[in-house]
Amino acid sequence: MSGITVNTKINGDPVEFICEADETLLDVLRNRLGLTGAKEGCSTGDCGACSVTVDGRLTCSCLVLGAEAEGHNIGTIEGMAHGESLHPLQSKFLEHAALQCGICTPGILVAAKSLLEKNPDPTETEIRFGLAGNLCRCTGYDKIVRAVQDAAKEMRSGKSAKSKATAKKRA
Amino acid sequence: MPLDNAPESKRKFNVVGTRPLRPDGIDKVTGRARFGADASAPGQLVGRILRSPHAHAIIKKIDTSKAEKLAGVKAVITRDDFPDHTGGSGGLYDTLCNVMAREKAFYEGHAVAAVAATSASIARAALKLIKVDYEVLPHVTDVDEAMKPNAPLLHKDMFTDGVDPKPKKPSNVARRFEFGHGDVEEGFKKADIIVERSFKTEAAHQGYIEPHAALASMGPDGSAELWCCTQGHYMVRDVCSQLLGIDIARLRVTQSEIGGGFGGKTTVFIEPVALALARKANRPVKVVMTREEVFKASGPTASTSIDIKIGVTKDGMITAADGTFRYQGGPFQGCSPAEFGGMSAFAQFHLDNVRAVAYDVVANRPKTISYRAPGAPMANFAVESVIEELAHKLGMAPIDFRIKNAAREGTKSSYGPTYGPIGLGATLEAAKNHPHFKAPLGPNQGRGMAAGFWFNFGGQSCVTLNIPIDGSITVSVGSPDIGGSRASMCMMVAEELGIGYDQVRAIIADTSSLGYNDVTDGSRTTFATGMACILAARDAMKKLCARAAATWGIPEDAVTWEKGYAKPAGANAGNFAPLSLKEIAAASPGTGGPIAGHHEYSADGAGVSFATHICDVEIDPETGRSQIVRYTVIQDAGKAVHPSYVEGQFQGGAVQGIGWALNEEYIYGKDGRLQNAGFLDYRIPVCSDLPMIDTQILEIPNPGHPYGVRGVGETSIVPPLAAIANAVADATGVRFTQIPLSPPRVLKGIEEAKKAGGKKAA
Amino acid sequence: MARVVLWGSLKPHTGGKLEVDIEARNVGELLARLGETYPGLQNQIKRGVSVSIDGLIYREGWLEPLRPDSEVFLLPRMTGG
Repeated sequence: MSGITVNTKINGDPVEFICEADETLLDVLRNRLGLTGAKEGCSTGDCGACSVTVDGRLTCSCLVLGAEAEGHNIGTIEGMAHGESLHPLQSKFLEHAALQCGICTPGILVAAKSLLEKNPDPTETEIRFGLAGNLCRCTGYDKIVRAVQDAAKEMRSGKSAKSKATAKKRA
Repeated sequence: MPLDNAPESKRKFNVVGTRPLRPDGIDKVTGRARFGADASAPGQLVGRILRSPHAHAIIKKIDTSKAEKLAGVKAVITRDDFPDHTGGSGGLYDTLCNVMAREKAFYEGHAVAAVAATSASIARAALKLIKVDYEVLPHVTDVDEAMKPNAPLLHKDMFTDGVDPKPKKPSNVARRFEFGHGDVEEGFKKADIIVERSFKTEAAHQGYIEPHAALASMGPDGSAELWCCTQGHYMVRDVCSQLLGIDIARLRVTQSEIGGGFGGKTTVFIEPVALALARKANRPVKVVMTREEVFKASGPTASTSIDIKIGVTKDGMITAADGTFRYQGGPFQGCSPAEFGGMSAFAQFHLDNVRAVAYDVVANRPKTISYRAPGAPMANFAVESVIEELAHKLGMAPIDFRIKNAAREGTKSSYGPTYGPIGLGATLEAAKNHPHFKAPLGPNQGRGMAAGFWFNFGGQSCVTLNIPIDGSITVSVGSPDIGGSRASMCMMVAEELGIGYDQVRAIIADTSSLGYNDVTDGSRTTFATGMACILAARDAMKKLCARAAATWGIPEDAVTWEKGYAKPAGANAGNFAPLSLKEIAAASPGTGGPIAGHHEYSADGAGVSFATHICDVEIDPETGRSQIVRYTVIQDAGKAVHPSYVEGQFQGGAVQGIGWALNEEYIYGKDGRLQNAGFLDYRIPVCSDLPMIDTQILEIPNPGHPYGVRGVGETSIVPPLAAIANAVADATGVRFTQIPLSPPRVLKGIEEAKKAGGKKAA
Repeated sequence: MARVVLWGSLKPHTGGKLEVDIEARNVGELLARLGETYPGLQNQIKRGVSVSIDGLIYREGWLEPLRPDSEVFLLPRMTGG
């Protein structure tokens, strides 16, 4: 067994790890780097619980090999809040009770953030299709959709411009 | 200080009924919350399980020698590592047989061996080196086939219980139940219209997103620790220690955050295996199921075959209701919820003549376990479909027909007992007056409704409440929090003590830190554990009053507790300035030491629960695909402690029912193997499948709870199957008697109806 | 004396009776005496039963008192999801 050395950036920080050829990015994040926020719900790309971004693109980390992360920027749920400030999506999920058990929540937040970056003012239908790759079995999605709508509204308002600016400065 | 348990229906609440943020919320939105698979231990090994590829086979021999020799393998276990400590029969023995197959593999996916190795790849390689010698037997997976006299037999010693005289030949029918009262034959004679139909429902899986996970550690002295995702860590402790033959007190189980359960995590699957591997390897072992294993080897719900016959008079009074309920529960007796199907089927009606006969049937499928209101949705689907059909035949609005025959206070229920105050009538009236009910329908759309019932229960709970010197409060509960119950526990303690929600924090204690708590199921936690929280708070309140009395030098009964303060009770008690919780807590080291409240008990008096659902569906006539366009849930919550999470239970249950009605099913091949063991092919509802789910919470106080709380978690999955089938019938003119209402089935039904030139049943 | 109603398929164990009178002050005594009087019921009682008293279902509650006029039903042991 020879390990592969991989250099990557995770949530903006340089990270170097060694993995086996058959290990997924999800395995590496969870088992080698201690980043257990991404969850394994299916390992076949059907549930979205392992959602991360790779160079800003929403990806199921169970479908990417760890070795493929070489040279890329990986974004995970652990990088979503900045210091003590939660991302507006995180705050709105709490406010709207948009989680029950919470296992799907990290993946859904990563997916919702990715959606709002591309489309800051989505319709309900666009939100529903934007999150269609992330399964939630507890909520029936109602409160999740409302939380995303509310977060999008806040992010579009002056308040969000300010928090975005803070986020950029920190990054 | 009143300590009575009478409901305070007119009581004004300060905290209960508000919508504060949940205490575990930040951990869950930042990825910090630790679920089953998120823990690790020093020196931990990876455990993996070898599973039977056959639906039914005798296990003649297992050769593990090659696997044991593979470098990195630290333990290999089989049935030989699970000596029987259960006495060889009963439910515990069946659990033992299920966690590791003994003489026979009863279903595809049945565990036959397990390994612990230093890496996942070595563990996988080791599984391939285990040689199992099977003698493949004929199998049966369908409930009706399993009941036939010539069906392959799972157990040679299974003679149907509850039949007189006792059968002479063994069969796959484990038990027969009968419930009801009156004389159905006489009742049918009085009927003007009788509808009789047969229905089938397929098995559905709870579909929790978190696969089962366990991290076990066990020394040669029998002392063990287990971290796992479960709805009941005390249940896990008791079952595992009995299966492994160790003292219960030697096993400490810590409940991880749980990523959904819905009844599916109310038993053990991998936990005893992880412990046995850890014992043999003398190192911590982590076992995590794959999704395929979850589908094949955890416990889905029963598949069913149901016959319903209901008779009515011309003016719409039901004269008799009769049903036969056949529930397939996997290979072991007592696992299918047949009895609950029979008991709940007609529970929403006032009936003079009713009979429900239920059969618990075994087959070569995974050992089923509870799924949200176990047994009720399938029976409700059959009964409420016939009810809708009868209403149409009568020319009566289905809602009026239901109201006319609805169970009410004083009704003798179909399962026996007489109802106290119940909320069914209120949910039906609310449905009738709901704007949804009057909204116009578009082309290819139909509307359906159904009313459903679930029992709810209480059970054992133990709560400790600690008050540190700053007057903040820690509540230790032993009921796993699946959907936000820590928030409601904090709310009830804050309400009782007259303090702010922010002053209270709840944690889930491990099994060695707190007394026994029943599994979080049966919609019991907010009701029963919540009541234990209230009573523990009252216990603490008494002690706080005693400290104030001692400080003032007056008798304890001269002190009263009001809005967070101890006060002298009346002018005779003396003129002392009230002492706040904070002040009493700060002085506690000098007035007698730490202050804690505690309560342990077995709660009973959970009120039964009813819900009415309304559903609009649009059918694509070219593909047969059903789209839910509007959905409303109306349910009695007694008193909603945290309305957002009550709504969440309503919405979540409804959507699970929608999935069951439209897409979800276990599909078996002729070889007895499951063909759709993944989320791509076992399709649970995704966000884009659904509309918003409207909710209306009714509050008809439960006399068995001081705040009037009823359990709300389960009833919401009961009506959707029928509500959707009724909506589809309304849209297409075709009555479907089998679910799921998948596009091919609906399309076929529509096309056959067209050919037949009118309405028919499919 | 309490009158307890059994569910239909238990009839073979009670000589065809669905309602039986049992001298019992509480649920625990009721279950013990039922098993003594009708040994065929012991298996089911061991497997688990619930008892409904005046419309409320008790799963444990052995000390729950029974009055002569109480409406008592023996039911299968309740579980849930």
